[in-house]
Amino acid sequence: MHELAVTESILSIALDYAERSHAAQVTDIHLVIGRLSSIVDDSVSFYWEIISRDTICSSAALHFTRLPAQLICLDCHTEYEVDQDLIPCPKCNSVKVKVLSGNEFRVESIEITSEEND
Amino acid sequence: MTKTIHITVAENILRANDEIAAENKLLLKNSNVLALNIMASPGAGKTSFILKTIALLSNIYHIGVIEGDTSAATLDADKVTSLGLPAVQINTGGNCHLDANMVQNGLMKLPLADLDIVLVENVGNLVCPAAFKLGTYKNVLIASIPEGDDKPYKYPAMYSAVDVLVINKIDLLPYIPFNMDYYIDGVRMLNPDLISFPVSCTTDAGLPAWMDWLENTLHEYRYN
Ligand SMILES: Nc1nc2c(ncn2[C@@H]2O[C@H](COP(=O)(O)OP(=O)(O)OP(=O)(O)O)[C@@H](O)[C@H]2O)c(=O)[nH]1
Ligand SMILES: [Mg+2]
Ligand SMILES: [Zn+2]
Repeated sequence: MHELAVTESILSIALDYAERSHAAQVTDIHLVIGRLSSIVDDSVSFYWEIISRDTICSSAALHFTRLPAQLICLDCHTEYEVDQDLIPCPKCNSVKVKVLSGNEFRVESIEITSEEND
Repeated sequence: MTKTIHITVAENILRANDEIAAENKLLLKNSNVLALNIMASPGAGKTSFILKTIALLSNIYHIGVIEGDTSAATLDADKVTSLGLPAVQINTGGNCHLDANMVQNGLMKLPLADLDIVLVENVGNLVCPAAFKLGTYKNVLIASIPEGDDKPYKYPAMYSAVDVLVINKIDLLPYIPFNMDYYIDGVRMLNPDLISFPVSCTTDAGLPAWMDWLENTLHEYRYN
């Protein structure tokens, strides 16, 4: 699996945004992962502990939001969601369906603390 | 005083990889070289298919190969170099996929100015390579009959990420239970317009249709 490469990318994006905002610490990182993107949360969290040490992200909590896959039937235009296995159109049973979303794989937002003297 | 600030990021996690993939795409375009990212599970026939493609087209086009492997064994690359063609072996150091940076290093070692086509053999794996863009013009998946007809249902990310599907080892259809309708239904659900080529690298069945597609695609890539 490629969780180490993925975790390194998350760290580098978080540090990039945090430094631009002159953060003292990063407290939270929100990730959005679609059902069709394969990633094991536990492995990411495991690598995170190790690679975020000695950075301003060392005490940041990772939050995973999982989005279901959104499909549309090309025969009857019904839109439906799948969470686990792919299924044909629940209304007309067609397999001519199109994936509308489910490939999401992004860092959505971060929360930082910053020292302000105002 | 310490205050908490919320910062919107909305960046693809693999941003860095995607940026290098975009560089590769530009490098390939400027060199007028068509590259294909060939993905499959271990043993599906990636190397066999590359060697067949070379055998059938290398008298017309100049072809180079990048071989991704998890170990230092250069078995697959050696098969290509023994045919007198340029091949680069990339050892991913145990990694489960090629990334854009590894492919960039590979491209630098190939004589791009003299080439028409670069075939990239990704690491045998149906999960990880789908997530990493390489900057190739098309993503090709080689499925094979002995893997079974349920693979689209089990590996949706891979089946939805590819542009071309090669169904290899059709010579084995008489010996292995494989429900082609069930398989194709799964493929259609994920990728309704996916173009597919049933082939056998043993009997050469179906390979002419693949050659036609490759030549047309090269033409489209160069003149559109
Ligand atoms: N029957 C049959 N066997 C095939 C066909 N294509 C390839 N093979 C055999 O399948 C085995 C694996 O083929 P390779 O081309 O090495 O597969 P690969 O995907 O490159 O394998 P890795 O690089 O090790 O992941 C070899 O024994 C081939 O001879 C085919 O069309 N029919
Ligand atoms: Mg091989
Ligand atoms: Zn329907």
